[in-house]
Amino acid sequence: MLDAKIPEGPLEEKWNYYKSHTKLVNPANRKKIDVIVVGTGLAGSAIAASLGEMGYRVKSFCFQDTARRAHSVAAQGGVNACKNYKNDGDSVFRMFYDTIKGGDFRSREANVYRLAECSANLIDQAVAQGVPFGREYAGYLNNRSFGGVQVSRTFYARGQTGQQLLLGAYQALMRQVHAGHVQLSTRHEMLELVVIDGKARGVIVRDLVTGALERHGAHAVVLATGGFGKIYFLSTLAMGCNGSAIWRAHKKGALIANPSWTQIHPTSLPQSGEYQSKLTLMSESLRNDGRIWVPKKEDDQRPPNQIPEEERDYYLERRYPAFGNLTPRDIASRAAKERIDAGYGIGPLKNAVYLDFSRAIGEQGEDKIREKYGNLFRMYQKITNVNAYTEPMRISPAAHFSMGGLWVDYELMTSIPGLYALGESNFADHGANRLGANSLLQACVDGYFIAPYTMANFLADEIRTGPIDTKHPAFEAAEEQVKAQLRMLENIQGKHPADYFHRNLGRVLYDKCGLSRSAAGLSSAIADIQQLRHDFYKQLYVPRGFAINTELEKAGRVADYLELGELMCHDALTRNESCGAHFREEYQTPDGEAMRNDKDFAFISAWEWQGANNPPLLHKEPLHFEFVTPTVRSYK
Amino acid sequence: MRIRLKIWRQESNETSGRMESYELKDVNEEMSFLEMLDVLNEQLMEKGIRPVEFDHDCREGICGQCGVMINGEPHGPLQHTTTCQLHMRTFRDGAEIYIEPFRADAFPVKCDLKIDRSAFDRIIQSGGFISVDTGQAPEANTTRISVPVAESAFDSAACIGCGACVAACKNASAALFTSAKITHLVKLPQGQTEAQERVLKMVSQMDAEGFGHCTNTEACEAACPQEISVLNIARMNWEYNKAHIMRK
Repeated sequence: MLDAKIPEGPLEEKWNYYKSHTKLVNPANRKKIDVIVVGTGLAGSAIAASLGEMGYRVKSFCFQDTARRAHSVAAQGGVNACKNYKNDGDSVFRMFYDTIKGGDFRSREANVYRLAECSANLIDQAVAQGVPFGREYAGYLNNRSFGGVQVSRTFYARGQTGQQLLLGAYQALMRQVHAGHVQLSTRHEMLELVVIDGKARGVIVRDLVTGALERHGAHAVVLATGGFGKIYFLSTLAMGCNGSAIWRAHKKGALIANPSWTQIHPTSLPQSGEYQSKLTLMSESLRNDGRIWVPKKEDDQRPPNQIPEEERDYYLERRYPAFGNLTPRDIASRAAKERIDAGYGIGPLKNAVYLDFSRAIGEQGEDKIREKYGNLFRMYQKITNVNAYTEPMRISPAAHFSMGGLWVDYELMTSIPGLYALGESNFADHGANRLGANSLLQACVDGYFIAPYTMANFLADEIRTGPIDTKHPAFEAAEEQVKAQLRMLENIQGKHPADYFHRNLGRVLYDKCGLSRSAAGLSSAIADIQQLRHDFYKQLYVPRGFAINTELEKAGRVADYLELGELMCHDALTRNESCGAHFREEYQTPDGEAMRNDKDFAFISAWEWQGANNPPLLHKEPLHFEFVTPTVRSYK
Repeated sequence: MRIRLKIWRQESNETSGRMESYELKDVNEEMSFLEMLDVLNEQLMEKGIRPVEFDHDCREGICGQCGVMINGEPHGPLQHTTTCQLHMRTFRDGAEIYIEPFRADAFPVKCDLKIDRSAFDRIIQSGGFISVDTGQAPEANTTRISVPVAESAFDSAACIGCGACVAACKNASAALFTSAKITHLVKLPQGQTEAQERVLKMVSQMDAEGFGHCTNTEACEAACPQEISVLNIARMNWEYNKAHIMRK
């Protein structure tokens, strides 16, 4: 049933072959075609701007007060591209191999190869837009290295690469808004997908200022709505990040793939109290010069600078000498959890490890370190009141990135014809673990270089369709359903606000569907979540009768999380192996490494919604490895 | 910590607003300012009072969505810090804190502390970009840009669009915001082709939005979380005059 539509032929020719044979829409016909794009992060802005430039009529939506605030803005470290400017052996194939290996051989070869293939173009595009990437003194672009690879292929704009890339995409989008090709609605949240005759034909959105519901029709709908790591409540994500757009599409028939594969980022700031709303990320680039350690003595109360060198356990360097502090994120996070759980955690809640720059400062000088990471050290000081030039940082793992998401084929189309998912909202390229600096890349490549081609292949057959009528009964029904849900949430009038349930859900997921999972834990998590959902619909409190109503927005998102969370547990429970971010305690080697099972689990789990009270239905898309041989992923 | 709050409450753009007093008894000094507001809102809801609406998103100082006047200062007393990065340890026990929205004619209040900053988007739309369609870009390393030029363009590009500069200015001028984008793009070789047209259009849009004129008080730079320099405004004025002369 699941056809990924991978083109035939050698790996390096698939995308060219596809592009040369895909259907096109004549420029004169493009103005007859409407496309809705939900989300204005890198993927959303890039596709909306690109389609606008080509002459399509685009409607773009975001819930923030301006498109420039989408959470791509917060990515710090960099964006990968195989330009091989460093002459250190990089190539498209090597980047493809690093990515597929980093993902623990749980992604499609063709998709990953295409990601690497298009990466170089992205740097060209961004530079042309005015993105001020870091440069060498001769004026050429500079690179740094990142976790999981042995070449320097990461382009960066200080510690604000995401911000600068997003501003480039945002400015391209603003240019199209000015040209009249894109109609942008900020402070609008998508609450339903409209499907007519099996095709995605529109959305219902809520104007977050007036509270009014609006119908918008189009020939295709693009979801570029980011990841759902905020489901863990405490995460590195923005407060508004949510899974509602993809979840509502899921309930209309779109499959969700590998939802339990969440990247837990190793270098975030630890939690300090109950009131806490988010965990701030410290860029992975810090691991280029920082060394991670815990005291060798359990429950060591001494301040870090009084613990002598020989009493420190640099556990990443000890366990993974080949990659040391630059092991991929899943491994670094799990190793931290292992030490913390064993009682060696540091800080008042014993939930952190040290990230120490003393050696780098000794070797390179404080000025050099300040030049590289000054903004991160400053941010660290603002939040913790600690000067990391003189004392090591305290860091801890935190939920970060959703490798899972809407199932898409090679064309980035979901299982609903005409519905596309781009960037973090799809599942496609990162397998079971994403490499650092590949997320900005994937969002951009999906938006600038892939979807403009693949969507034309679908839209070519829509030039005779005519405008989509929003008076169609499917729009009526969708709007009524949204209206009923909002009314229902407001009318419960219980005693707990949405955050109460969200926090509890996050706790269950961190404990039982986080860095390590077990069959028993996951089964009990499913029961916990079902109970929590039951309580939510009995005890939720939402202030009633206000147009601007943040609590109502949150309640809708938490309602979706309470269903999505259960699906994550089902997904993790059925995968009886350990791979990437998915670590099942039952499946590990004697020295605690992940034990993958290629014989039984070399497939993508794509889940179909069966109604709120029925278990979801699993579809398997087998993964074929024609060009690489899955190996044990060793960073030792 | 015990904190007394005076917060601007205004149900919508059509209604008038007023200051309301609240008190929080158990504020932890490690809390961020916005987490303190989260706690306040939970307590207000327990009493059946409508929670305070405020804008925020990333809570790590980069998205630019948060921003309120705290005791009369945009983003509060700490220099170069967004509201979300301000922590309660900055205040003393028993402090009285006045919280209001950023005020400017071009930033109408939507509800409580939420304002409409879409005027900034329209300034960017008028010309704050380099016109390059997807696919047109040449190989990135064909243009060499020296480190000082790239770094100084970055300093201008770092603007997060929060609006503190407007709120700090007695004229509610958007000169710092507008000039930062003009300067970012004009300093780079890629941005020079359109420099003349860009500065004329952006300045004219800035005026049309109802922002006031810059009178060089430099309050904007002092309030800017990203330390954007007023020299950007000088650059904008220079580019603007140059463009006018060149046009004739």
